[in-house]
Amino acid sequence: MKQQQLEILSNEPLAAGIWRMVLLGDTSDSAPGRFAELRLPGEFYLRRPISVCDAREDRLTLVYKTVGRGTRRMTELVPGQEIEALTGLGNGFDLSRARDGAVLAGGGVGCAPLFLLARRLREAGCPVTAVLGFNRADEIFYEEEFRALGVRVEIATLDGSRGTKGFVTDAMPGIAGSLYVCGPQPMMKAVWRRARAAGQYSLEERMGCGFGVCMGCSIQTAGGSRRVCADGPVFAGEELLWND
Amino acid sequence: MERLKTTLCGIPLDNPVIPASGTFGYGEEFAALYDINCLGTFSFKGTTAQPRFGNPTPRIAECTAGLLNAVGLQNPGVEAVIGEILPRMKTYFHKPVMANVSGFSVEDYAGACEKLGREPQIGWLEINISCPNVHGGGMSFGTDPKAAAEVVAAVRRVTEKPLIVKLTPNVTDITEIARSCEAAGADGISLINTLLGMRIDPLRRRPVLQRTMGGFSGPAVFPVALRMVWQVYEAVKIPVVGIGGIASAEDVIEMMLAGACAVEIGSENLVRPTVCKDIIDGLPAVMDRLGIAKLEDIIGGAHGWEKM
Repeated sequence: MKQQQLEILSNEPLAAGIWRMVLLGDTSDSAPGRFAELRLPGEFYLRRPISVCDAREDRLTLVYKTVGRGTRRMTELVPGQEIEALTGLGNGFDLSRARDGAVLAGGGVGCAPLFLLARRLREAGCPVTAVLGFNRADEIFYEEEFRALGVRVEIATLDGSRGTKGFVTDAMPGIAGSLYVCGPQPMMKAVWRRARAAGQYSLEERMGCGFGVCMGCSIQTAGGSRRVCADGPVFAGEELLWND
Repeated sequence: MERLKTTLCGIPLDNPVIPASGTFGYGEEFAALYDINCLGTFSFKGTTAQPRFGNPTPRIAECTAGLLNAVGLQNPGVEAVIGEILPRMKTYFHKPVMANVSGFSVEDYAGACEKLGREPQIGWLEINISCPNVHGGGMSFGTDPKAAAEVVAAVRRVTEKPLIVKLTPNVTDITEIARSCEAAGADGISLINTLLGMRIDPLRRRPVLQRTMGGFSGPAVFPVALRMVWQVYEAVKIPVVGIGGIASAEDVIEMMLAGACAVEIGSENLVRPTVCKDIIDGLPAVMDRLGIAKLEDIIGGAHGWEKM
């Protein structure tokens, strides 16, 4: 964990309800699957946890969905403004298991952390398939960016406005190699049911501190209680209790 | 630094700054950010006789200048704290530490306190009779002077260590409870724990917290805490530790002027992880500006102001 001032380089909409913020700062601890906690100006007391979408040299890219007052306030921040952040939070994805190939399954804004993962896997020469699911075509983001990495991309939309009509699981090829998943709980559960085997799942939970001391985001797992912020957000599929 | 020194129930503190229970874990995460030996001490995560997972999530809700929590005393239980955590703690913290203890019966409190009291690094036992989150538990002890005295007396019998009672503000008359604890053998009073509150998600038309209600803390509660510290300081002779919304060196001075001999800093640790160190570093300059030579000189210093 590092506490630092980041300078906003850009902050713009990517797709319906999805924004991208690029920040200037030290990204040395921003590994795939990790997140940053942003201190927002104004009346917001708690920081906002946002997962890392990309980190290249001194540029940190965060992709976020506007869901509440905090993320709506984020959209009003402008280039040149400084924002205080805790970076390098969470355990991140384990890339060492992916050698022969990886399948990345993302749902909505959950596709964002899979981007840096895909880039790092491709740099290591690993074949990558990304199955990206959205509600509608106008919510799709980063399809071309994934393809530019040499990733095979499958798109699913709930309303059928693009790609396969249905859920991520409807567009998933056979799972060859390692599985990495990030998205809403029902989507991850569907992927788990389909895959059963191992896989790494990145969870989301309402957080207080983001670095493991307030116990606000605890979950029960097969191995006992875990803090999503500090022991996760990435957990092995077999460790999670799927209630099924 | 000599001018920051204070004493808590007979044990000297290098300074009055103490991270509050539940906002500092066992100090490990913070020790990775700064040398936590700069602290007066810290009050570690509330410990119960048995391990507890706590309440279902969401357990956290944001408010203006603060937050609500309904964590529900998640902790690994007294045996794991003694067997696994304390041996590790002495490798990164070299001062007496404060053990915060909660329970659901008089026997729970006495049992956990007896075990923790035997541990050499435990300097103080802070008994939480006020956690508002747990059914049938903390709330009833802290809101009833008789029940509070019963817990204090039972714990008093099993340990010689200084006993600090942490009070809930969710009562009509805080001084009545404080006096009752003092009479039962408490060595100190710390206050306030969180104020009972709630938030509703207007879109989903349901409470944000899974447990509906939770404890409100953060800078917003500072004036309430200060008022209660003021009242309790006038009501008892034992030392008072001020807790509630402290976020700056100026807040520490204000709390001490109201009667606190030391302060606990809670919520602010969650949003500014280095806040305790920053406050310790910032105190001398604030004291210079206010003409304060030694912090110990100002404890309760605003009382009797009408006659000054």
